[in-house]
Amino acid sequence: MDKPFRRRDLLGIRDLTAAEIKGILDTSENFLEVNVREIKKVPTLRGKTVINLFFENSTRTRTSFELAAKRLSADAVNISVASSSLSKGETLVDTALNLDAMNPDCIVVRHGSAGVPYQLAKVSKAAIINAGDGSNEHPTQALLDAMTIREHKKQFEGLEVAIVGDILHSRVARSNIHLLTKLGARVRVAGPGTLVPPDFIHLVGADEGRSTQLIVCEHIEEAIRGADVVMILRIQRERQDAAYFPTLREYSIHYGLTNERLDLAKKDAIVLHPGPMNRGIEIASEVADSSRSLILDQVKYGVAVRMAVLYLVTGGSASA
Amino acid sequence: MKLFIANGHLIDPAAQENTGMSVLIEDGKVSAWLRPNETQPEGCEVFDATGLLVAPGFIDLHVHLREPGQEHKETIASGCAAAVAGGWTSVCPMPNTNPVNDNAAITRYMIEQAEHAGSANVFPIGAITKSSDGAELAEMGEMKAAGAVAVSDDGRPVPNAGIMRRAMQYAKDFGLPVIDHCEDKSLSAGGVMHEGRVSLLLGLKGMPALAEDIDAVRDIILAQDTGAHVHIAHVSTKGAVEAVRRAKNEGINVTCEVTPHHFTLTDKYVEGYDTNYKMAPPLRSEEHVDAIIEGIKDGTIDAIATDHAPHHHDEKALEFDRAPMGITGLETAVGLAFNELVHKGIISLERLVEMCSANPARIFSLEGRGTLRPGSIADITVIDPELKWAYSNAESRSRSRNSPFDGWEFTGRAVATFVSGRLVFKA
Ligand SMILES: [Zn+2]
Repeated sequence: MDKPFRRRDLLGIRDLTAAEIKGILDTSENFLEVNVREIKKVPTLRGKTVINLFFENSTRTRTSFELAAKRLSADAVNISVASSSLSKGETLVDTALNLDAMNPDCIVVRHGSAGVPYQLAKVSKAAIINAGDGSNEHPTQALLDAMTIREHKKQFEGLEVAIVGDILHSRVARSNIHLLTKLGARVRVAGPGTLVPPDFIHLVGADEGRSTQLIVCEHIEEAIRGADVVMILRIQRERQDAAYFPTLREYSIHYGLTNERLDLAKKDAIVLHPGPMNRGIEIASEVADSSRSLILDQVKYGVAVRMAVLYLVTGGSASA
Repeated sequence: MKLFIANGHLIDPAAQENTGMSVLIEDGKVSAWLRPNETQPEGCEVFDATGLLVAPGFIDLHVHLREPGQEHKETIASGCAAAVAGGWTSVCPMPNTNPVNDNAAITRYMIEQAEHAGSANVFPIGAITKSSDGAELAEMGEMKAAGAVAVSDDGRPVPNAGIMRRAMQYAKDFGLPVIDHCEDKSLSAGGVMHEGRVSLLLGLKGMPALAEDIDAVRDIILAQDTGAHVHIAHVSTKGAVEAVRRAKNEGINVTCEVTPHHFTLTDKYVEGYDTNYKMAPPLRSEEHVDAIIEGIKDGTIDAIATDHAPHHHDEKALEFDRAPMGITGLETAVGLAFNELVHKGIISLERLVEMCSANPARIFSLEGRGTLRPGSIADITVIDPELKWAYSNAESRSRSRNSPFDGWEFTGRAVATFVSGRLVFKA
């Protein structure tokens, strides 16, 4: 395989070109096949060490990265750090240097603070993969979403994608907005005004020629009408305490994805959700369980995307 | 003991002097000015200032010296050493020490420590409220008697307008300016940088400019009501500059300062998540920086102050949202003012000197300072406006290294600093 992506780290989608994104998606397709073999393992990263450094709990993402590493024959080590242990005096930089001393090839990092992967990349010799940093980015989630969309819609050019929910704090939304607009789709975002500030249209700037590709809608119906893809974000229950919306009940009535609301979308529209779902709050159970919902496909593609990313940043051999 | 600063170019805006002039100093005070053709008096120590600017000592209205309580970050001695190396002969430390400088004993202690260190003068700023908790007024009269020159709760701005009103009414009795760090925390809570496109891009929680605007407007209204002198600290937004401009036109007793980082840097510098760009008020977007420059140009902004805020390396090595706010600034301020203001033609040299000496002395009523008129105290900053130099964190006199200007190159710096006629720094 010729490498389409020559960066040392994957820190965010914001930094990537459309060609790099396509390259990662193409590489992911190749790895998809490994996951359905009888023996789900290739020697691609034999002898390489991958550390999953998780400062935030996320069984799904961590398991997905762990499986991806193991299927490539890498040695995967999981380290969970409660953020509080850092307040005992060890700095982020100390943590990075300590891990570096063990010579890992790659560190997959998930952290509640935006920018941590960027800060680690500056001091670490290992390749850094961002597995979610605060409200900033979650690049592999956007890549697996893209893979799911491409599987069903074949192309991104001209596609109308609605993203609904807590846009302001969502790293999934951010990474998806960057990715989808770079590949030519149009994104409409909607949700409560407290979580979808009108200024959000500035996320993709005119300087990049994409300013017309992001639309902030006042109503969820406006976002969903005629959409090819409806992406629902998980509502963080703790946001309620911060008075971004009054109650979960009111949220579900006004912003939850029901069958009636989904009927506004194109007939062949697909529904995505990054999981885990709050059933009955941001998504009705009948929508979540319908044939239009591709939530399990997303999980499946997640492993392939993470295999591709690990392969690309650690520079494993191509002999599968 | 006589000192003769010979053949320099004297800039003394308070005396409206801008010409070749030697300065004679006796017993820590300026005793005479001599024209270049006049004979040098006998028995003097001579400092040759040929080709250099001789200005009234620079006065920094806003620093954090961390003593008492956080001496691992800075001490009064190390902060004063950094000050004189940057050309500042006097510094005014904020009261957010531990314990807070909310009583005369601490005020006196700070001044004594400075006398002990024997370099820059220290004029402490007392707290507005006890422990800066925003509830009960601190003993302003006692602190003033001990040497405090103004009051402020700085980073913990008084949230309650009723208490702020009373603080202004009370401070006015003692002629103390009330310094206002304008930030309505109900709007900026949790924010770690300026709210705008860059904070959106970085996924960092923003502090909206209007948090500063609203507080500035509130306190200008209170100053108008009480007749007290309100000094707006480190003004950083277009709205706050406009509010001050309007207030001055209406004759309200308001002054303000700007920091070098707010006229030099924009929020785009935060893009690499380097915590040395994290400060409060945060680095703003271009339109705000433009408004600041305009305010410097038209005189709305009175003074340049550093908001020197040393932090230990380990604290700054944290995640961006957990790292403390603030950067060091005493040693880079003059270089930044030259680079960004003088050499770019925004202001004249004379105006720069005015913003760093005459105006600060006037704002905090520092008698006998901010001018070199015969009879005044011989605090003097000697500047080489053409000297090319680079700042290095490693060589800083401060105990902390949290400057974003490490490695920056400047044209212009203070090459000698005299306090009460004594040479305390020479480059
Ligand atoms: Zn302040």
